[in-house]
Amino acid sequence: MIEVKDLKKSFEDKAILKGITTSFEAGKTNLIIGTSGSGKTVFVKCLVGLLTPTSGTITYDGIEFTALSQREKKDIRTKIGMLFQGSALFDSMTVEENVMFPLNMFSKMTAKEKMDRVNFCLERVNLVGANKKYPAEISGGMMKRVGIARAIVLNPKYLFCDEPNSGLDPKTALVIDELLGDITHEYNMTTIINTHDMNSVMGMGEKIVFLHQGYKEWEGTRHQLLESDNETLYDFIFASDFLKELRKGAGQSIKLSK
Amino acid sequence: MKFFYHFGKYLLMMRDMLTRPENLHMYWKELLRQMNGIGVGSLIIIGVISLFVGAVTALQFAYQMGSTFFPDYLIGYIVRDTMIIELAPTLSGLVLAGKVGSNMASELGTMRISEQIDALEIMGVNPNGYLIMPKIIAAIFIVPPLIVLAALLGIYGGYWAAENYGISPANYQKGLLYLFDPFNVVIMTVKSVIFAFLIASVACYQGFYVKGGALDIGRASTRAVVYGSILVIFFDYIVALVLT
Repeated sequence: MIEVKDLKKSFEDKAILKGITTSFEAGKTNLIIGTSGSGKTVFVKCLVGLLTPTSGTITYDGIEFTALSQREKKDIRTKIGMLFQGSALFDSMTVEENVMFPLNMFSKMTAKEKMDRVNFCLERVNLVGANKKYPAEISGGMMKRVGIARAIVLNPKYLFCDEPNSGLDPKTALVIDELLGDITHEYNMTTIINTHDMNSVMGMGEKIVFLHQGYKEWEGTRHQLLESDNETLYDFIFASDFLKELRKGAGQSIKLSK
Repeated sequence: MKFFYHFGKYLLMMRDMLTRPENLHMYWKELLRQMNGIGVGSLIIIGVISLFVGAVTALQFAYQMGSTFFPDYLIGYIVRDTMIIELAPTLSGLVLAGKVGSNMASELGTMRISEQIDALEIMGVNPNGYLIMPKIIAAIFIVPPLIVLAALLGIYGGYWAAENYGISPANYQKGLLYLFDPFNVVIMTVKSVIFAFLIASVACYQGFYVKGGALDIGRASTRAVVYGSILVIFFDYIVALVLT
C-alpha cells in the first residue's frame, strides 16, 4: 500500500501539486486521471522519486520514502516496476536483453534461470518470438508489452504506468489494459496508472483519483464515477458533445455493469 | 554566473558518478562496448587524417627548405616532433571532440528525452555511474593508443610523401632518429589523457542534462563539439606551458 499525505510540489514559484492526500491499495488498479497540465505526471514522478516533493510524505508499506537517502531509496526502487509513456526501452539492446537487464543488474540467478524468467515474462505479455529484435524493429504496442515484461521481471510489489495507452489503437489499448489488470491481481501488486483514456478508466479503474489544477478533486471507484455530481469531473468525463448527448439520451443513467 | 552554475553541476555529475557499481560485470560490459565504439569506430578517420597531415607536413617543409642549405634529413626530424608533440594529440583531439563528443552527447540526450535514464533510475541503477563512468574510463584508456597510432601513421605519411618528393628513405630515417627526446612522448601521452577526459566528460555533461526535444539534442551535440574543441586547444596550451 502506498500512502500520500499533503504532497506539494513547486517548480521555482509555480505550484504544480497543491497538497494531495490519498492512498493506493495493493492488488488493485489505481488510476490517476485528469486533464493535461493537471499535475498527473509530476505526481507519479514524485511517487517514484524521480522528483523530490516540496513538502508532504509518501509511504511505501509503512516506510517513509520521502525521508530516505538516495542509497536507501534504491532498496525500494528494486521493488518498483515502471512502464513509461514511450516504453523507454534501451535502443542498443534486443527485446531479450531489455527484459533481462534488471535481472543482470540485481539478481544472482544463473544464465539459464534468467533466460527462463525472461521467456516466461515475454510469454506472459503474449510476445513470443521477438527475443532477438531491437526496439526499432517492433510496433508501438509490442514495445509497450516489452516495457511491461521488463517492469515485472523482478516481481515488483509496485507497478507504475505512465499513459500506457498513448499512441495505441483502441484494440491494442484494450489488450494492454487487460494485461495490466490481470498482472495486478495475479501478483497482488500495487498498480498505479496515470491516464486520460476513458476506456481504461471505465474498464479497469478499481480506484480513481481525479486531479484538477494540482488538487485532488475527487476519488472513488469507476462505479461511483458516473454517479458523481462533481461538475469538474463531469466536464472531464463528458468532454465531447457526443458523450454529453449520449448521456442526455440515456436520461443521465449511464451505469456500469458490475 | 552561468559558468559557475554549470561548472558546479558538472562537478556534482562527476561526484555522483563515483559510486559502487550495482553489478561489476554489467559495468565491465558497458565499458567494453564504449571502448569498441570510441576505439574501433574512430580508427579510420584518425588514421586517414594523420596519414595525410604527416604527408602534408613533410611536403611543405621540403618545399620551404628547397632553396636553403638545410640538410634533407631534417624533414624526418620535423615531421616526427610536430606529429608527436602537437599534431597527433591536438588534431586527433579535435577530430575526436567532433566524432566521439557529438556521439556521446546525442546518445545520452536521446536516452534522457526518451526516459531511458529515468528508467535506469527507477530500477535502482545509478545512471551517472552506469552511463557516464564507462564512457570517461573508455576514453581515457582508448584515446592515448589512438593518438600514438596517429603519430606513427603521420610519421609514415611523411616518409611516403618525402620519398615521392625525392628525398631518400635513408635520410628521412636519419632525421627520425636525430635528437630524439623520449620526453616528447610523455608530453603526447599527458595531452592525450587530458584531452580524452575533457572530450568525454564535457560531452556527457551536455547530453545528460538535455531538456526538451530533438532540437535540443542537436544543440547539446553542437555544444559538446564546440566546448570540447575549445578545451582541447586551451589545455594544449596549458600542457605546453607546464611541460616544455
